[in-house]
Amino acid sequence: MEITQDKKENHYILEVRAINSFYGKAHILHDLSLEMEKGSVAVLLGRNGVGKSTTLKSIMGIVIPKRGEIIFKGRSILGLPSYKICALGLGYVPEDRRIFTGLTIMENLEVGRRPPRKGFEPWTPDRIFKLFPNLKNMKNRLGGQISGGEQQMLSIARTLMGNPELIILDEPSEGLAPVIVDQLGEAIIELKKEGVSILLAEQNLNFARSICDKVFIVDHGRVCFDNAICNLTEEVCEQYLAV
Amino acid sequence: MGFYIVQFLTGLSDASSLFLVAAGLSLIFGVSRIVNMAHGSFYMLGAYIAYVIIAALPHTGISFWGGILLATLAVGVIGIIVEIFLLRRLYRAPELFLLMATFALLLVIQDLARWAFGPEDLIGPMAPGLEGSINILGTLMPTYDLVLIIAAPVVLLFLWFLLTRTRWGILVRAATEDREMLAALGVNQKWLFTSVFFLGSLLAGLGGAIQLPKGGADLLMDMNVIAAAFVIVVVGGMGSIPGAFLAAIIIGELGSFGVLYLPQSTLVMMFLVMAVVLVIRPYGLLGKPELEEGSGESFETVMRPAPKQLRLIGLGILGVLILLPVFGGKYQLVLFGEIALFSLACMSLYFMMGPGGMVSFGHAAFFGGGAYAAALLVHYVRTPMSLALLLTPLCAGLLALIIGWFCVRLSGVYLAMLTLAFAQICWSIVFQWSAFTGGDDGILGIWPAHWASNAVVFYYLTLLISVGGILLLRHLLFTPFGYTMRACRDSRLRADAIGINVTRHQWFSFAVAGVFAGLAGGIYVFSKGSIFPDEMSIPRSFDILLSVLLGGIESITGPIVGSSIFIWLEDKLSNLDFWRLILGCIFIVLVLAFPQGVGGFFGTRFSHFFGEASNDSNPIGKD
Repeated sequence: MEITQDKKENHYILEVRAINSFYGKAHILHDLSLEMEKGSVAVLLGRNGVGKSTTLKSIMGIVIPKRGEIIFKGRSILGLPSYKICALGLGYVPEDRRIFTGLTIMENLEVGRRPPRKGFEPWTPDRIFKLFPNLKNMKNRLGGQISGGEQQMLSIARTLMGNPELIILDEPSEGLAPVIVDQLGEAIIELKKEGVSILLAEQNLNFARSICDKVFIVDHGRVCFDNAICNLTEEVCEQYLAV
Repeated sequence: MGFYIVQFLTGLSDASSLFLVAAGLSLIFGVSRIVNMAHGSFYMLGAYIAYVIIAALPHTGISFWGGILLATLAVGVIGIIVEIFLLRRLYRAPELFLLMATFALLLVIQDLARWAFGPEDLIGPMAPGLEGSINILGTLMPTYDLVLIIAAPVVLLFLWFLLTRTRWGILVRAATEDREMLAALGVNQKWLFTSVFFLGSLLAGLGGAIQLPKGGADLLMDMNVIAAAFVIVVVGGMGSIPGAFLAAIIIGELGSFGVLYLPQSTLVMMFLVMAVVLVIRPYGLLGKPELEEGSGESFETVMRPAPKQLRLIGLGILGVLILLPVFGGKYQLVLFGEIALFSLACMSLYFMMGPGGMVSFGHAAFFGGGAYAAALLVHYVRTPMSLALLLTPLCAGLLALIIGWFCVRLSGVYLAMLTLAFAQICWSIVFQWSAFTGGDDGILGIWPAHWASNAVVFYYLTLLISVGGILLLRHLLFTPFGYTMRACRDSRLRADAIGINVTRHQWFSFAVAGVFAGLAGGIYVFSKGSIFPDEMSIPRSFDILLSVLLGGIESITGPIVGSSIFIWLEDKLSNLDFWRLILGCIFIVLVLAFPQGVGGFFGTRFSHFFGEASNDSNPIGKD
């Protein structure tokens, strides 16, 4: 019994069990569940307003679910404040990037900096600039003075500075030029190689297919399709994703 | 020539402690969004504590500067205590409740200081070695003032270093922009807030302590400095330390030279500068437009007509009020009359503040403005009471149109600060133009007309006007005019896009609020028989504001509940020796116990009883 428990803990980095989240009285998530394997890249797909962002915010402690359970690395994190969740090794890149516009790129990275984590090579600005070379040339520019794509890179970079084991990305490809989306995909694959687990919410199916192992389709606040991304058929897409 | 140089340098030395106080205020506001009304109290405590420590030690240079240092640290520690035990519990409450808590703190500290240090003004000790003066081209300049001049740039440099060259400073600046994101990046803001509050309070304490040899310590310091510090922070730009530095110098010089040419209007001058700057540069000299906080967690309560049960209760209370003369004495009639007219004043503030989304820190301008209009009409042109009561709201409305024209160009805290500035200008005019307004002596002998001189008749008149005014305001909120007001509050952009002239609409709502506040002021004069500048002062504005907050801005019943509690408390407490202390403590307890306001609290608790309609929250925000 204990062994299986251990195995399970090693196996899954994140388990979301039947969470129910609300905005005021509006019930957004209905018993939503998902599991993520360590080192995998998983995607939440779904139309607008089905609860993808709320799921990610609930995991991060920005929205606190009223019922359910969230286990990160074998430990319950439900109800913990965001800063503690982050300290445990969960990094969050929000939908609208939320760069500190009055801070320089270096200062933005500094805000995200946290102590190194065992088993992972610590992120430094130099290592970040290898992953996102664009940022290197504008170290001292203000966050508000760079393009949307650069802000997206910076937002991910800033989160990486906290040495997360699991990164949550909310629609990272949204509003970016195709070339930038490709760069982003490469960076994500690079991160996966480093052993970082990644959970993203997306609407861009092709982008998701190119980088993910696993897919969860969310509809009406529930996960209604949970499988490897290679098993995502046209019919399923038609049913849940077609507009 | 030497005279002007010395005058200029004196201005700079005055600017020094003003800058320290304003910088602290600005830091605290930037990070925690608290408009700290008690900041002036920290300044005052700095002066008193330094005085006590220095007096207890032998008169040497070390003990003087050591005393100042210790006092500064002590005030910083007081700041920490306040933050941990009071403010930290309230960060989730609306910003205005934090304002209320800090105002209560101001009241508490005022009375505690009077109790601990006595009511007499204290003359500060001289700094050993710096007692003399320096001759500058024939005019003497105290040496200590020159030392003071250096303090501001030193502190500015120190703060600049701290904010741009340390991790702490970077986190502080990040917190000023987006606190939720900062938390998601793993920063525990609790201690960040505490440390900012420590530094801010410490700066206020230092400001108070170092001006001790120059200005001494007295119990009016807190109010005087807080008004000036607000002006500086707003003129310089919220959250901008260099802006505060610049503004402090402008205000310091203005005071220093203003005294030479227009000694009668120094108060008006300061606020006039603020008004001019804000009209030209709405976010202050070096400030940036305020960013929307990206939390999306602000749930506005949808306003619904009161449910049947609540209406019945209202009718019942009205019935009791109508029957009051049957069983109540003259004392009850006066008290309840005052509650009724104060409720009208509060309702008018609620009107622009709740549904209108425009907070006023200077509502007494209209209340007092109406009162003075009535008093002057009666005093100079012998206007009969009924005509005066008719003209009063028009006068106040005109005043509100003028003030509002400036104010509605701004929003949020800036708008509130500008209303405070205008109210202070009105107060200064009334106070300093004694030939016309009687100045501090006020205007006496404004009694009701013969037919209304009977206490019962006057009570009914007060009740009629107040209840009528309140119902009229309530009715307005449920007309298209009121819907548009709420649309403007909820989203300026969207309202604009559907063809509403937002600025003009807000301007009119502002004026409507002024009309009814003026009406309340008009009856007030006749009930008291006299009027004094106090009715237009900052504390009066805060009486009205606190009552509205006390009742809660969630519902229309709020202002009525709040003003009833306030007048009742004032009536019970104002004869006591340390009534401010008691009132302050009551406010603190109330704020801690009911962060939604008393009215809002009961509204939520008994929403089942009143049906769902009384408190239905509307989710704003996306998936």
